[in-house]
Amino acid sequence: MHRARIGLALAAATALALSGCAVGTGGAASDDADYDPDAELSGDLSVMGFSGVDEVATSRVDYAKGELGDVKVKLIEGDLDIQQFLSAVASGEPPELLYADRDQVGSLAARGAIIPLDRCIDGEGIEMEQFRESAVDQVTLDGKVYGIPEFNQVQVTMANADLLSAAGLTIEDVNGSDREAMTAANKALTKSDGGSLSVIGVDSKLPEFLPLWVAAAGGSLLSEDGKTASLDSQEAIDSLTWAVGIYDDQGGFSAVKAFRDSADFFGEGNQFATNVLGAMPMEQWYINVLNEVSPDAPMAFDTVRTTSGDPIAFAGGSAWAIPSGTKNAAAACRWAKAMTSVDAWKAAAEARISAREAEGKPFTGILTGNTTADEQIREMVTSGGEPWDSGIEAMYEANDHTVSLPANPADAEFEQAMQDAVNSVLNGQATPEEALGKAQETAQKALDEGWKKLEDGGDQ
Amino acid sequence: MTIAPARPGGRVQEHSAAPGERERGRRRARRRNVLSALLFLSPWMIGFVVFTAWPMIYSGYLSLTDYDVINDPNFVGFQNYVEMGSDPKILLALGNTVFFTLLQVPLYVIVSLTLALLLDRAGRASGFFRTVFFLPKMTPPVAVGVLFLLLFNGQNGLLNTVLGWFGINGPAWTTDPAWVKPGLILMSLWTVGASIIILLAALRNVPTELYESAKLDGAGFWRTSFSITLPMISPALFFVIIVNTIAALQTFDEAYTAFFGAGNTTYSNDAALFYSIYLFQQAFEFLNMGYASAMAWGLFVVIMIVTAIQLIVSRRFVYYEGDR
Repeated sequence: MHRARIGLALAAATALALSGCAVGTGGAASDDADYDPDAELSGDLSVMGFSGVDEVATSRVDYAKGELGDVKVKLIEGDLDIQQFLSAVASGEPPELLYADRDQVGSLAARGAIIPLDRCIDGEGIEMEQFRESAVDQVTLDGKVYGIPEFNQVQVTMANADLLSAAGLTIEDVNGSDREAMTAANKALTKSDGGSLSVIGVDSKLPEFLPLWVAAAGGSLLSEDGKTASLDSQEAIDSLTWAVGIYDDQGGFSAVKAFRDSADFFGEGNQFATNVLGAMPMEQWYINVLNEVSPDAPMAFDTVRTTSGDPIAFAGGSAWAIPSGTKNAAAACRWAKAMTSVDAWKAAAEARISAREAEGKPFTGILTGNTTADEQIREMVTSGGEPWDSGIEAMYEANDHTVSLPANPADAEFEQAMQDAVNSVLNGQATPEEALGKAQETAQKALDEGWKKLEDGGDQ
Repeated sequence: MTIAPARPGGRVQEHSAAPGERERGRRRARRRNVLSALLFLSPWMIGFVVFTAWPMIYSGYLSLTDYDVINDPNFVGFQNYVEMGSDPKILLALGNTVFFTLLQVPLYVIVSLTLALLLDRAGRASGFFRTVFFLPKMTPPVAVGVLFLLLFNGQNGLLNTVLGWFGINGPAWTTDPAWVKPGLILMSLWTVGASIIILLAALRNVPTELYESAKLDGAGFWRTSFSITLPMISPALFFVIIVNTIAALQTFDEAYTAFFGAGNTTYSNDAALFYSIYLFQQAFEFLNMGYASAMAWGLFVVIMIVTAIQLIVSRRFVYYEGDR
């Protein structure tokens, strides 16, 4: 009897401890801070995920600190580590501000981990119309903005002009506007030596660029409201079949990837400088890398093109978000506003120009996610001569023609389903139809569950 | 005079007051000893309760909930366990893990035993080689994962270059799904040093008179190995097998770094999707902490069953000197 009572008491204590232990801060996503652009701010501001240490980052940080006055800013070193963030949230000590990839915002918002910024935007007077529409779409869930976007990643067609010329080709043959021509160009550019690949003709950059190729074919993998997946659409099946075919014509993805992995990607022995890659779409920052490490590489640039010949790019980038339970939302909002302001970006451009001039290099521009800042910084670009000027031209043109996937409550699961599908085709385990059909089911299930939870008010 | 109560089956004993005092003194000393022991053990015990026992109990509770860390856990009973049964990736990850374990553990043990036997005969040089073999074990697993991609690259990796010298066209270890797991198994031999040290210590403990007797009886190398060496080191061998089986079933670091980490954020090879990696993805990428906890308990049960089978089988093959 006595033992039974002790056992019962222990069980009750354990149950109490268990149920009292896991207490989230999300769900409610309340925001009762006072946002006022003229208010004198104080207190602490810890920022998680912002690891920028170059002049573009430091100059903007200095500007933002000036705007915050007496606020004590603490930058938590390193890129965003979701485990670290979750641990902070679970312990009831979330950071005041989060710097995340835009494709993470939907999931975090749906779970109530970050708060909607409508009051912050209105209160601080952040001019959202200045930001690129595709970037804002990525941080807008269910009609509410959850992040202030910054930076824009766009893809540009990059090619080795010498290899193109030797094969009697031009940049138009590899920019995606004519997929049959690109397939033919790939065959013409590819070289093998004793059964192993010695020159990659074209790298269609799967799996990450499938959304780009689908958009270039006039399709989209997700509806505008973020609720309906279209992973098994005809555009997706055709694009995947074609892009995988590019690898198959070179002996399969396995061979191309092994060769790609062996390259000195960031060094002077990169694939373009060593003439072992014909062409590929790549994010614009690589222009800077190439110009830095191999200024004499025989490059040719263009935007990626739709099958109708128009420029297109699939946008990516970062965003500032305010976690639920933050103790200093007003300062967090002011920081986000300051860091993404035109003045901060101009300060960053000037710092970058000084640094580049000291190295005797041209300033190739910055894509900020803020259209007004982009226009003003474009005026500051310095010439590096050809082919680099063409590269910058292509970059800015691509920046004006971006598309993106809208935020959704299951972005991680959606992306994983898409990547699993592409990878299974690349690994020869499924046909595009089979793989994308399965991905469609998986992604739609995750989306339905995510939206249902969101509509039910999180897990509360 | 006091009369002590009789113990069952015992006799009634007579005690004077003095022996009673002595008994109390002995009890006090025993209590002191117990308290001292507990005091010395307490750092470990506190650590065990806080960092092992409690998290296990807690994850058991979480496995019965829908929990994303951000919001409060929502009790769902055994739903996570039911979902595991219909999740195709669970089966894939489990298959990969079992395949890896079945190949890696025997190879690991054979290689470490072979090298330990060689070291045992290396005389004065054995100290140097022991250090050499153990050093790779000090390499962080993340570095080993990156190293794997470099050494095993199908295009120009060191391994295929060496194979090429012998006219062998090496496979694409890091990109061909059929060769990914064999590549990882070979790479795991990098850390064979720890097992070599254990087996070498066991070999050094085999009494030399047994070998002398066997030699007098005309036993050859194989007879000596199977009748003396292996039985005498069987406890150490069994320990190495158990520990490495558990480690293989939990394999994560190198495979994650090589195929799912920063260098491969988009392309991943399902052939390297081990159970622990999928568990990690569920927990920290999809924020399904409840489901991941259920997966962890699933793995715990699998490891317990495998270890129990090994323990039962070991009764036949493992020889302990104390046994008669």
